[in-house]
Amino acid sequence: MHIGQQIAQYLLSGLSTGAIYALIGVGFAIIHNATGIINFAQGEFVMLGGMFTVFFLTVLNLPLLVSVILAIAAATIVGVAFERLAIRPMKNASPISLVIITIGGSILIRGIAMLVWGKDTHAIETFSGNEPIQLGEATILPQHLWIFAVTTVVIICSKLYFNYTISGKAMRACAYNSRAAGLVGIDVRRMVLFSFAISSAMGSMAGIIIAPLTMTSYDVGVMLGLKGFCAAIIGGMSSGLGTVFGGVILGILESLGAGIFSSGYKDAIAFIILLIILFIRPQGLFAKGDTERV
Amino acid sequence: MLKKSSFILTFVVSLAILAGSALAAPPIKIGGLFAVTGPASFLGEPERNTAQMVVNEINAAGGVKGRKLELIAYDTQGDATKAVQAANRLIKEDKVVAIIGPSTTGDTMAVIPVVEKAKIPMISCAAGSKITEPVKKWIFKTAQNDGLAVARIYGDLKRKNISKVAILTVSDGFGSSGREQLKAQARAYGIQIVSDDTYGPKDTDMTAQLTKIKGSGAQAVICWGTNPGPAVVSRNAKQLGLKLPLYMSHGVSSKKFIGLAGDAAEGILLPSGRVIVADLLSNSDRQKKSLLAFVKDYQKHYKAEGDHFGGHAWDAIMLLKGAIERGGDNPAAIRDQLERTRGFAGIGGVFSYSPSDHAGLTKDAFVLVEIRKQDFALVK
Repeated sequence: MHIGQQIAQYLLSGLSTGAIYALIGVGFAIIHNATGIINFAQGEFVMLGGMFTVFFLTVLNLPLLVSVILAIAAATIVGVAFERLAIRPMKNASPISLVIITIGGSILIRGIAMLVWGKDTHAIETFSGNEPIQLGEATILPQHLWIFAVTTVVIICSKLYFNYTISGKAMRACAYNSRAAGLVGIDVRRMVLFSFAISSAMGSMAGIIIAPLTMTSYDVGVMLGLKGFCAAIIGGMSSGLGTVFGGVILGILESLGAGIFSSGYKDAIAFIILLIILFIRPQGLFAKGDTERV
Repeated sequence: MLKKSSFILTFVVSLAILAGSALAAPPIKIGGLFAVTGPASFLGEPERNTAQMVVNEINAAGGVKGRKLELIAYDTQGDATKAVQAANRLIKEDKVVAIIGPSTTGDTMAVIPVVEKAKIPMISCAAGSKITEPVKKWIFKTAQNDGLAVARIYGDLKRKNISKVAILTVSDGFGSSGREQLKAQARAYGIQIVSDDTYGPKDTDMTAQLTKIKGSGAQAVICWGTNPGPAVVSRNAKQLGLKLPLYMSHGVSSKKFIGLAGDAAEGILLPSGRVIVADLLSNSDRQKKSLLAFVKDYQKHYKAEGDHFGGHAWDAIMLLKGAIERGGDNPAAIRDQLERTRGFAGIGGVFSYSPSDHAGLTKDAFVLVEIRKQDFALVK
């Protein structure tokens, strides 16, 4: 196996992990743009997606499609409840206290998941088999195609939603200036609730499609959430292509770092490059100056 | 006369009472330190359960030399500070004659100075070889050293004339101990490590490392970790079409691993204690009787399969029981008798302690198993 073949595989592996990071990162971006806070509980919705699916599949013996839909619904309900119970009652709280509240919320959700479902790791069957697909010199699994497809569809849908629907435009208005949005009759609090619903649904979807590959347990959300956060930062907190590129860059750096340099330092390599990017372009690689995109 | 006879009567009665109270002698107190909660709970929980189960059974069968055993177990949460506090409490307040545990190497190393100072024998359930190397007077252990598992794998590689291996270890305590042993023993077996890679305990994709291994010219891959990492490695290896023999460590020798890795587990080789293949052992195997008894009991009490970790506690209690039967309940006597234990066929292996060996096992404590048709099969 010569170096060219290896690099092809590194790039493809990086692309598939990067797509996951992107999907999680978009969830961060949506809430950030509607509320100005970073929701550190986003990783827990990824975990909830996977764990609810395992629960519906194995405990209630429901078919896969039903389990997936129910899992997304359940995670969304948790997201909405989280907003109502933990974020909304904090009137006039500064964004930094809200961020700390989301960290507390993530610990609580993780703790409850551990008590309810235990500490074991669970596997889900892949959606369409385990036969590797040969792409040139490299291989991927059918599940990776699912990940690419879902990420693409979600990004396109969110683009359409934010650009062409009333509520999407209203949410963008809140992002630019929530006070002004309130004055023209937009219910800002409802928009915040929406943003939590959308991003928890997205996070859980990410958790579900990756669970067959990476397996799931009560604590998978921590690391995945962090990586998704990095993707969103590199992408300048955009809910569109910026974060997708951010995720893919992160995934490919990790994979090349592990393959070519040292697997022991692969996270370090990825995070050092993240730091360099932030030094040079604190607003993210793709954000233009001061303008905010939703 | 009357006075004298009443005196004798009183004497006889009080003798009888004394004898009676001697019959109901106070129980022999044994301390337990297990990481029942926290990250090492997969060790501590089955250990505590097993220890309690064995003590109850010994008591139901009449105790040790007519005296009951009492297990006083504390949760260390896998935290060295809590382990030391609990050990002090066991020694000073509960006045135990011996201690079982702790569950992890870190906890054990922290507790050793306390126990050595108090001169109380301790049988650790943790695997780290530094616990008994160098030998410490009061410290014994039941879990098999990582080095023995490495020796099993290398022995098999040598038999197959494989000399170039790639190692892929998890970057935590278990993985780095395995990595040290793999590197230290390679030369003795004529093995060359051509690729030395690691992965993080929470990593979800190891295709990059495996791609590198594929290009390294290795003839076999050894992965050292506990669930779920090795399951991801097996799935990724299958995805990449890696045709090399894949060896895992004893860290995944449970059915759980097969469940996680699914089809990708097929053909994987690993060294393992005998618990998971108890019913496949030949009847001449000295451990078979203990193994079957333990597995059956654990199933009955806890509705789960008895595993290696519970086995470490089973061995520890049984070794103590033997020592108390032979030498009484004085800590120093227990220690001396433990050191004289020879050929005790337990769960982890056949133990023979000596003044120069407080780990007591040889590489025969491990068997090599292969995963075939979603189950473990013995490799002869």
